[in-house]
Amino acid sequence: MAWIRALGPYRWASRGLRVRGYSGRTIVTGIPYLWLLLFFLVPFLIVLKISVSEMVMAMPPYEPLITWASAQVMELKVNLANYAFLWEDALYRNAYGNSIRTAAVSTLLCLLIGYPMAYGIARSKPAWRNLLLLLVMLPFWTSFLLRVYAWIGILKNNGVINNFLLWLGVIEEPIVMLQTDFAVYLGIVYSYLPFMVLPLYTAIEKLDLSLLEAAADLGCRPMKAFFRITVPLTRSGIIAGCMLVFIPAVGEFVIPALLGGPDTLMIGRVLWEEFFNNRDWPIASAVAIAMLLLLVIPIMILQRFQGQRLGAHR
Amino acid sequence: MIRHRPIFVPTMLILGFLFLYIPILSLIVFSFNESRLVTVWGGFSTKWYAALFQNEQVLGAAWLSFKIAAMNATGATILGTLAGLALARFGRFRGRPLLTGIATAPLVMPEVITGLSLLLMFVAMEQAFGWPAGRGITTITIAHMTFSMAYVTVVVQSRLSTLDESLEEAAMDLGARPAKVFFLITLPIILPAILAGWLLAFTLSWDDLVITSFVTGPGSSTLPVVIFSKVRLGVSPDINALATILVLIVAVGIAIAGIYMQRQQKRRDRDVQQALAANL
Repeated sequence: MAWIRALGPYRWASRGLRVRGYSGRTIVTGIPYLWLLLFFLVPFLIVLKISVSEMVMAMPPYEPLITWASAQVMELKVNLANYAFLWEDALYRNAYGNSIRTAAVSTLLCLLIGYPMAYGIARSKPAWRNLLLLLVMLPFWTSFLLRVYAWIGILKNNGVINNFLLWLGVIEEPIVMLQTDFAVYLGIVYSYLPFMVLPLYTAIEKLDLSLLEAAADLGCRPMKAFFRITVPLTRSGIIAGCMLVFIPAVGEFVIPALLGGPDTLMIGRVLWEEFFNNRDWPIASAVAIAMLLLLVIPIMILQRFQGQRLGAHR
Repeated sequence: MIRHRPIFVPTMLILGFLFLYIPILSLIVFSFNESRLVTVWGGFSTKWYAALFQNEQVLGAAWLSFKIAAMNATGATILGTLAGLALARFGRFRGRPLLTGIATAPLVMPEVITGLSLLLMFVAMEQAFGWPAGRGITTITIAHMTFSMAYVTVVVQSRLSTLDESLEEAAMDLGARPAKVFFLITLPIILPAILAGWLLAFTLSWDDLVITSFVTGPGSSTLPVVIFSKVRLGVSPDINALATILVLIVAVGIAIAGIYMQRQQKRRDRDVQQALAANL
């Protein structure tokens, strides 16, 4: 530290800041704050702005919101036609409905698979626990894109599953699995399972086992004890896990694009196509804003529970 | 105590792990397949690896991805550590609720939204200030830093919140300035969390397709962008070879990190025991 303090710029900067009444804290907080305001919050305002402008054939392909009709008269053009279009066109309504349904079903499946896994890990021998947790996290460190790609080879008509079943003689003709909704569910559950298991594990691990013993001593059956004690006490983990799966799954693009069929409408894919294929930036922005509105409540729920979890130690 | 456990839970655990690992194993097995049909076994061969190492496009994209991921990880770690420190140690300051919100929202924000909003931001900035001129490495790195710093923030914040503040307070009581306390006390203790954050940020950037596709420009195709354009045309065995290499790198890296952490833990336990023995 001493050598840094000896540098001229350090001294000037620190003296200048002190004279103006800034403390080290302001700087520590200020740098990430400014970054996030500039690159996270302001961009949303720009998306909002472009979603109410008209598409033009130019670069960038949208009309300015504010134009100067003459030197003094400012003209503000707000065009809600993009939103009206989203509302009227069945394609977008179906895409939103489909995304929410797909995300909800996948989240439920994730919970049904993830809860017993998290429970098993939390109740395993301490020596095993870290290894099992590592095994849950390991796929997360390997490429998401490649793991989704792996399913193409497994699910396609002459893929691993169909070849195996044909060889066994169980089926005569390959079952069509790729490019179906089933493949999309599978892909989402597979990709997001670690996000479900980890918060569940944290919640289950903290559970006081003597409560279950007390329930058993008082004659409570294990199933009943599970639903009346374990589930309510791990509620924060359940909610956090579900939100961590549901929110990104609604806007998922890669999985429906690779595993879904041409008619698998999901909103992330619609946004992508509006932007890259149709080059309609205003509509793509309107799609994004509408998706954000759908997700505001789940995001707020998640942040409340995450705040509780992180604040629990303090 | 819980009687249904011996059958149901271990079965689910085993099935769950099979579900997680069978796709990765199938990628590896079929990377050594002679046949061009990825899933029909035609004998053992390493020719797809040879083909991969002659593919200039893939190698160039991998190098570009590596550079971006390393720059991103370093930047995101600095920003995320500052944010984590502010959230865990500064109590209630003005603007804290907003910072909490915007520091963790990128974790779950659908990537298409983050990507679109950043691109529109870059276009607007270019129109207004002429910077960034065009899109490429700079815009990709900025975009990656913005979403991956959230992960570093969470890792650092949760490490700090489990950490006892009394060490820092003691140093402060003995007259150390806040900056000195940070570099001499806090930083060494949270260093493992910071390293984990760096690796996480690196991986996220290395892996990102959607956000990159929005903010990239001509001539800067990262590895995921190249893979995606190949995969869209169907399965191809050299992608399996590439996947195998990447999985191996990660597995070796995790194994080294695991062994290192176990050694550290053992040394710490021994130190504690020695200290106890010396005091008795």
